[in-house]
Amino acid sequence: MKRLLMLFLLVLAAAAGAETPEEKGLAIAREVDARDTGWGDFQAKMSMLLRNRHGEESLRQMRVKSLEVEGDGDKTLIVFDEPRDVKGTALLTFSHKTKDDDQWLYLPALKRVKRIASRNKSGPFMGSEFAYEDLASQEIEKYTYKYIRDDELDGTPVFVIERYPVSKYSGYKRQLVWIDKARYIPLKIEFYDRKNSLLKTLTFKGYRQYLDRYWRAEEMFMQNHQTGKSTLLTWKEYRFRTGLKDSDFTRNSLKRAR
Amino acid sequence: MPMKRLLIITFLLFWTLPAGAWEWSGNVAVEGRTFFQSPLDPRQYDNDGSVSLEPELAHEWNDGRDQFVFRPFGRLDARDSERSHWDIRELQWTHAGDGWETTIGVSKVYWGVTEAWHLVDIVNQTDLVENPDGEQKLGQPMVKLSLEREWGTLDFFLLTGFRERTFPGGKGRIRTHPRVDTDLTEYQSGAGRKRVDLAARWSHYIGEWDIGVSLFHGTGRDPLFLPTVNGKGEPVLAPYYELIDQVNLDLQATLGQWLWKLEALYRDSDHDAFYAWTGGFEYTLVGVAETAMDLGFVGEVLYDQRGDRSATPFNHDAFLALRWTANDEQSSELLGGFVVDWENGSTLLNIEGSRRLGQSWKATLQLRAWLNVDGKDPQYSFNRDDYLQLELARYF
Repeated sequence: MKRLLMLFLLVLAAAAGAETPEEKGLAIAREVDARDTGWGDFQAKMSMLLRNRHGEESLRQMRVKSLEVEGDGDKTLIVFDEPRDVKGTALLTFSHKTKDDDQWLYLPALKRVKRIASRNKSGPFMGSEFAYEDLASQEIEKYTYKYIRDDELDGTPVFVIERYPVSKYSGYKRQLVWIDKARYIPLKIEFYDRKNSLLKTLTFKGYRQYLDRYWRAEEMFMQNHQTGKSTLLTWKEYRFRTGLKDSDFTRNSLKRAR
Repeated sequence: MPMKRLLIITFLLFWTLPAGAWEWSGNVAVEGRTFFQSPLDPRQYDNDGSVSLEPELAHEWNDGRDQFVFRPFGRLDARDSERSHWDIRELQWTHAGDGWETTIGVSKVYWGVTEAWHLVDIVNQTDLVENPDGEQKLGQPMVKLSLEREWGTLDFFLLTGFRERTFPGGKGRIRTHPRVDTDLTEYQSGAGRKRVDLAARWSHYIGEWDIGVSLFHGTGRDPLFLPTVNGKGEPVLAPYYELIDQVNLDLQATLGQWLWKLEALYRDSDHDAFYAWTGGFEYTLVGVAETAMDLGFVGEVLYDQRGDRSATPFNHDAFLALRWTANDEQSSELLGGFVVDWENGSTLLNIEGSRRLGQSWKATLQLRAWLNVDGKDPQYSFNRDDYLQLELARYF
């Protein structure tokens, strides 16, 4: 009887030890998140070079401020500088782990602050190939996960995991993510549309480490395979822990942001 | 407004502000208007052209906690001397503390949530010659204190000086018959344009709800019109600005793809006491027909308790519109709709579109037509003023 109990416990332990692909995928996502926690706040400049299939280009320039919020999604303020007709337009986002994000848009010509429907997350950001959801704070709870395989990407050992958006308003059925095994940062993401055909590929380049810990890509290149359009997003002048507070992320601060 | 004094203050500010990054921006635009019918008054023009300039000089110091903005505006109109005008839209210093903010100078404030009619937006006077839709505003001199707390934002306003609404001149279109003569303006307040008005607003958001409650005490921005004869023997309307007390509510619920909106006011004056409200919904279909485009459906009701005695034509009206957003590189947009009076059938057709050209140009189109206008409706004066307006602006 005692031997039987021992055997039972052993089987139970083995079962617990054998990770399912879903558990392993979630564990990797948790590690990515854990390693990117504690940065506090940052400010940076962001530009987007939009190119259509005829090679015509247009430029977007904006400034970004972001505040890490413990136990919830981040607060982000984006102010536009280019094109000039939208200069001073600002977007304030309070992202949340599970419920819809809160979002306000400031229109400087009318001095009007408009609460906007944040479920329009699959829509293009400023006419670019980045959807709002691609740029939103990447909370663990926004997806479910599945580990696919170990692989190499340009000689770098990676985990390949798949993630499935929880929100039914997402424009994607699934995303395939290549994660650097050593640094736990994404190197490439493939986006599959609701019909499960390949829509876009995002590649991260020029990772630099800040505060001896946090990796940030200098370039994010999004190629749309269905339209032939692309957007090159470039980050510049990253500054961390600049002392931003909640009061820098209010509807009043939207109007001051210029 | 004492423009001279403002200019002197501006120059003093230039001298005393710490040197640093001064930033120029703004736009210059050409605009053409063509009318489809001959005017009611033979003095009025058929086609019009004008140019406008709106530069902005801004300066930030103290890590953005202090800001100075100077934004004058001017238009030269080929036909209407009243439409040729200039204004200081902004000339202000803003200081932001932790959880509070002050603004001193000429500024602009927007209250409200609805699309068709901006009912509760009372702080700034309407620059009506700019656009008959009333969305363009004159700069308002003020001292503003704003407090941000857990329970919301409290704004207090001291509105130091009154701005008169602008009206098209005798040659101008989209005007009343007879025209409004601003030389004959009268005030209930003995202080006239020098009266200091008071306003306050509490605003907050709770989950999906955004709410604002505001108070206004002073000279109302909407004039009453008194028929009279001016010095030249011309029959005209004289604007009369009365003292009012007004309570406003603005409310929006953002529920998924639905926006539900309400603006309401109660206004009390010696002449009248009434309430008015406007509200409705905006529903947006995202990514229609597997494209990047959005299609929005807007429906709003506009109600004024004064009914046919209203100073506004939007007293028992409904607004129905479609909003198309291309989400393309050129930010192409089109809004088309009707405002229909459900009692007399008078209809205003309104189409507005815009598109960026290249990196720094923008083209804007406006088409307005008054259909089936009832002889008793205040819009009857515009019955022959259907027009198309094109603007090309260069931003810098």
